[in-house]
Amino acid sequence: METLHIKPTEDVPEVILNQENEIFEISGMSLPEDVNSFYEPVLNWIKVYTRNPNPMTVFNFRFTYFNTATSKIILDILTILEEMVEAGHNVVVRWHFAERDQDMLEAGEEFSEMVEVPFELVTYKKK
Amino acid sequence: MVIDNYNRTSDFLEFVYGFYKTMKANEIRLAYEGKISHQITKAFIALAEAQMAEDQEAIRVQRIIFHVMVECLQNVSRHADDDKPGDNVYSGNGIFMMSKDSNAYYVTTGNAILNEKIPALKNMIDKVNDLDSPMLKDFYMKQMREGRLSDKGGAGLGFIDIRRKTGSKLEYHFLPVTEKISFFMLTTAIPRTL
Repeated sequence: METLHIKPTEDVPEVILNQENEIFEISGMSLPEDVNSFYEPVLNWIKVYTRNPNPMTVFNFRFTYFNTATSKIILDILTILEEMVEAGHNVVVRWHFAERDQDMLEAGEEFSEMVEVPFELVTYKKK
Repeated sequence: MVIDNYNRTSDFLEFVYGFYKTMKANEIRLAYEGKISHQITKAFIALAEAQMAEDQEAIRVQRIIFHVMVECLQNVSRHADDDKPGDNVYSGNGIFMMSKDSNAYYVTTGNAILNEKIPALKNMIDKVNDLDSPMLKDFYMKQMREGRLSDKGGAGLGFIDIRRKTGSKLEYHFLPVTEKISFFMLTTAIPRTL
């Protein structure tokens, strides 16, 4: 499947969806002017991927910031991953948060309560 | 004529000085009137970040102010109506202010809104203000699950999240402009002790 790579800017995150190299990651800031149009190719890519996924999918969220409109999209992505789990695929979500970013940790905890997907909360040191 | 012009200029400059003193007295850090576009939103966020860093505000407080600004500015840019009669209701125009005192930062926005939209907006803010912390969490999750992203990209989550993150009630006021339109003002306090 063709890799999707969106370069980050001050208001959109970096997105790398690469089936061959097993990289599934969204990282950085997310407050796009139009969340729907920004995330449409991302959601479409993931939906197509679920038809023929790898034996194991580790999906990484590494946000430094996201607005509330983005949180709705995150739930949409998690819901697709949940459907993969229900279909018997191996999926893990890794939710990365900067150390001492209590809000990002809590956001991860809340998302983990909302879907039945194995969830790992991973802290990293801020550069 | 020359004298007239001189007086007008000097009146204007006195007004500017009075305006400057008012801004200083109220510690208004940022003020803007006009179209609130996505570009403007990004510019303000950058400015506010620079100022808060200069004020040596706690990182968490900075983060919450950043968040409140994004949500409030995006609300205006998505929902502000026009204050002039006509078919083109949407304008994206408004005012934006960030101010502070010894206890808190204040993010304030104002924009025109069609009167018919007021009851739903008022209901939403009142509901959010009345809920306690666990109820806000439930409401946020419910809204995320059941709410739809509008074509304008709003998720109906902004007010809930602002209330959750700041712990403050959202203060608002509607001032009648014409029989069709009111001016909607919203202010949120972000305590400096967060």
